[in-house]
Amino acid sequence: MTLSYPLQSLTAHPPRLSPGYKSTVKRSPTKPLIPMRHTLSELTGPVYGHETVRENDNDLTLQGKGEPLGERIIVHGHVLDEDGRGVPNTLVELWQANACGRYVHVVDQHPAPLDPNFTGAGRTQSDSEGYYRFVTIKPGAYPWGNHHNAWRPAHIHFSVFGHSFVSRLVTQMYFPGDPLFPFDPIFNSVTDEKARNRMVSDFDLENTQPDWALCYRFNIVLRGRNATPMETK
Amino acid sequence: MSKAQSKPEGVTPSQTVGPYFAYGLTSNGKYDWNDAFSNNLVTADTSGERVRVEGRVFDGDGNPMVDCMLEIWQADAQGRFSDPQDKRALPNSSFKGFGRCGTDADGRYAFDTIKPGIVHDPDGKPQAPHLVLAVFARGMLLHLYTRIYFGGEAANTTDPVLVLVPVDRRATLIAQQAHCNGNAVYSLDINMQGDNETVFFDV
Ligand SMILES: [Fe+2]
Repeated sequence: MTLSYPLQSLTAHPPRLSPGYKSTVKRSPTKPLIPMRHTLSELTGPVYGHETVRENDNDLTLQGKGEPLGERIIVHGHVLDEDGRGVPNTLVELWQANACGRYVHVVDQHPAPLDPNFTGAGRTQSDSEGYYRFVTIKPGAYPWGNHHNAWRPAHIHFSVFGHSFVSRLVTQMYFPGDPLFPFDPIFNSVTDEKARNRMVSDFDLENTQPDWALCYRFNIVLRGRNATPMETK
Repeated sequence: MSKAQSKPEGVTPSQTVGPYFAYGLTSNGKYDWNDAFSNNLVTADTSGERVRVEGRVFDGDGNPMVDCMLEIWQADAQGRFSDPQDKRALPNSSFKGFGRCGTDADGRYAFDTIKPGIVHDPDGKPQAPHLVLAVFARGMLLHLYTRIYFGGEAANTTDPVLVLVPVDRRATLIAQQAHCNGNAVYSLDINMQGDNETVFFDV
């Protein structure tokens, strides 16, 4: 299958310079990016298979000696291309704060407790239809220094590869109805409301497991659509 | 498991990798986690000229970016990619061509790899040896793509991508051979802004 990667797909992304998110000011280029045609270097990409992902890497509640604290959740969905086809066998990496809003990372100084039974890191490979599934703990909101009383809405970071190096995506999954949405410059850096809502997972009652865990569905749509002769000129 | 949805309305928007990716995404030995990736691409069966590519990453104030994640993607020494979409035979089958590196407290990165071979452009014109580099960081809502070429390559003057770049900015894409004790070391800094702002590509 040959896919093309029109630049038009990139309009859903946030502008790199989004001054409400202060760190973008010194970390975004000032000169225009230079257009070029995709060569094989852009149209191919890394493939990481079963040798990378260990059994249970997708269950973040099994990494410690005991169960982590917090609300156990299932997060699942499909990795799709822009035509809605599943992206099979692609690596999905995830990292997140614990239930208290604290990351294991040494730089995180938020005075909330660490959980010895929770690293907050997981990974899996999508199946032949692009489906993936994680079991984890619902992350807490956490404060950050962007402006007075700044709090990030609860989110899970995702990193996905897809079919080529230009389909590479790092994003954040949010939870429906978060009251912090209107105040978060990172969430709102995506200016189009429909596009923004594609970062918000859906509560999934059908796949919620009785007496065990709530479920959220999060489909991840990567660049790439069917190549047509017009587009591959 | 339920069915995939019908045709999506668009891609999922990108968000910053943030400051806390290291324990999940990069190899650093600090956390109890089985590292998937490293900055050393060389495997036992990798043929080609061994090179180290290193440098530092700076923000618009000239301060080192100590929380960057860099990824490279490259062909093998024969110009083939470790991707099923590249149908050619791949004798060095364990060479993946992909590396990931978090910058250190000085904003420094380094990749140990091999100099890639020639990859042709869509018109069949040869490109000079290059790595594709993706830059992720806190403060970057969408990663940036650039390329790393190798100083001293005659093919740099006719490379179909380099010729698109204004002459006075091409140096920001060409790593210069630094010192040589055993393996060749190439050095290139990444500057987000400023007089030597790195050329990034709209791909
Ligand atoms: Fe975060």
